[in-house]
Amino acid sequence: MTMDNILLEVRNLKKYFPVHKGIFKRIAAHVKAVDDVDLYVKKGETLGLVGESGCGKTTTGRAILRLIEPTAGTIRFRSKKLATAGKAFEEVDIATASPPILKALRRDIQIIFQDPYSSLDPRMTVEAIVGEPLRVHGLAKGVEWKEKVQSLISAVGLNPEQANRYPHQFSGGQRQRIGIARALALDPELILADEPVSALDVSIQAQVLNLLQDLQEQFGLTYLFIAHDLSIIKYISDRVAVMYLGKIVELAETEALFLDPKHPYTEALMSAVPVPDPDYRLDQILLEGDVPSPLNPPSGCYFHPRCRYTKDICRNESPRYRDLGSEHFVSCHFADSLNLKPLRTGKS
Amino acid sequence: MEIRRFLKNKVSFFGFLLVTLIIITAILSPLISPYDPLEQHMVKRFSKPSAEFFGGTDRYGRDIFSRTLWGTRISLVVGFSATAIGAILGTVLGLIAGYTKGHLSKGIMWLTDVFMSFPTMVLAIIVVVAFGPGNQNVVLAIGLAFTPRFIRLARASTLSVSEQVFIEASRATGQSSVGIIGKHVLPNIAGDIIVMSTLWIATAIRLEASLSFLGLGTQPPTPSWGNMIREGMLYFMRAPWLSLVPGAGIFFTVIGFNMLGDGMRDVLDPKLRGRLT
Repeated sequence: MTMDNILLEVRNLKKYFPVHKGIFKRIAAHVKAVDDVDLYVKKGETLGLVGESGCGKTTTGRAILRLIEPTAGTIRFRSKKLATAGKAFEEVDIATASPPILKALRRDIQIIFQDPYSSLDPRMTVEAIVGEPLRVHGLAKGVEWKEKVQSLISAVGLNPEQANRYPHQFSGGQRQRIGIARALALDPELILADEPVSALDVSIQAQVLNLLQDLQEQFGLTYLFIAHDLSIIKYISDRVAVMYLGKIVELAETEALFLDPKHPYTEALMSAVPVPDPDYRLDQILLEGDVPSPLNPPSGCYFHPRCRYTKDICRNESPRYRDLGSEHFVSCHFADSLNLKPLRTGKS
Repeated sequence: MEIRRFLKNKVSFFGFLLVTLIIITAILSPLISPYDPLEQHMVKRFSKPSAEFFGGTDRYGRDIFSRTLWGTRISLVVGFSATAIGAILGTVLGLIAGYTKGHLSKGIMWLTDVFMSFPTMVLAIIVVVAFGPGNQNVVLAIGLAFTPRFIRLARASTLSVSEQVFIEASRATGQSSVGIIGKHVLPNIAGDIIVMSTLWIATAIRLEASLSFLGLGTQPPTPSWGNMIREGMLYFMRAPWLSLVPGAGIFFTVIGFNMLGDGMRDVLDPKLRGRLT
């Protein structure tokens, strides 16, 4: 991976939460929420991160932003804003960045939250919310600040005349737009979108997704897009990473992943996507059992107790996360030999 | 919106009216009291309430009604300033205890628990005994006695606000901890603090009266409701008005602030929203 257009490169990222036990609060075990995640995000693309609840998607995102402290790993970010004269960018390791560097990096990486209700301070006006990042970094004052805020509010499709209203006067979709405007305020390179539409109505979801795509084009944004809905991921992503139990099991270009999945978990996930065709015979691959506890993950391949292709090696040996060529990463012993079903699309 | 609902609520409206009346009385007491509170009418000692002396007179022939009106001032000043001390100190410590996690937070809560185990009155008496009687020390005593209660409230509110995503959002913009506390946490817990303060003003007024009754607060001859009741107690069978008139002052002030506080809580508490008209 020596490509020049890589914006963010995450290597061996781990986040273990200690579990305390007994009166002396000794550490009894660790919940391995994120366990050795490797990924990179290219400039201008949308990398989708998909997986079921509790697989560590959100924790991965939060750790990349250092909103929670990662246990181990490197998070290299190529910042244009931090570049010294004569250089195109400055490479910074977010995982070990000092507080002032971290504050400067906030201008490069922003986040959009899942819940449009609790992510906006109810005591602040829309103007104050959207303009807060500008104030924090001292980027604009007075009239200039007001104008900048107004233009951000228009950019996300809201009426700038409503700038003095409070969040509770807006609908869920509008509130999510306010959150997007706040994320745009610092003119970031990368936006972490943490399930930005899963709390919205289906009709509003499409609007917000389209807005995100328009903004990407307009401002040259790069997205790390977390979701659990495969159809949304397929719609918005250039590349997709599938997570299971704190690990990335497969990462590939959207087309390649959906048409030629290499990991049994990806196959099972895709078979669960509903098809809008009443004549379609459901042959969903039902995964047996529950997601194992990240407190006590299975031996070998984490997926083996639920995998229908399990062989002995799966129980004993953890598969290597490898590139099958053309940037199709997978961690399965039999990725080359399995013939897995692609995403069904109904009759057509 | 909120003001209209507040005034529509009978309890809060009546409380608001009563408190306004009491504050006006305190401000205007030199103008509206018929006599100087210290002026002695020796010939007319122990007069019954009459057209001449609305509240009767005490053993020095001082007008009880005028003294009660003047007593409003001390009660309100002590009530407001003691609560302010408790609220400010308690909010600052409570914010620290709620927002930070570590030894400082644990230390604050440990001290709070120790002080909470004393009844407010006992705590106030200890402080007054330590610093000596007098109004300033009474304010300090009540303020310090209130502080742990405000720490508890401020910490609990801070904890629940800190869980909200908008705090994380602010952190993601690069806002400092001090900025987050000042811009997001404090405005969101202010409502709780204000409501609790209003309710505790009534308690502070009661405590001031109690301390003065015990001879630890306002010193005679300055009139305060507490020391007036104490003086009157000696002659209660002969001249009950000596205690009853200042007692009525305490009664109406305390009930006024309680009703105001209850009304404000009902209006500001979102969980009750819509259920009250």
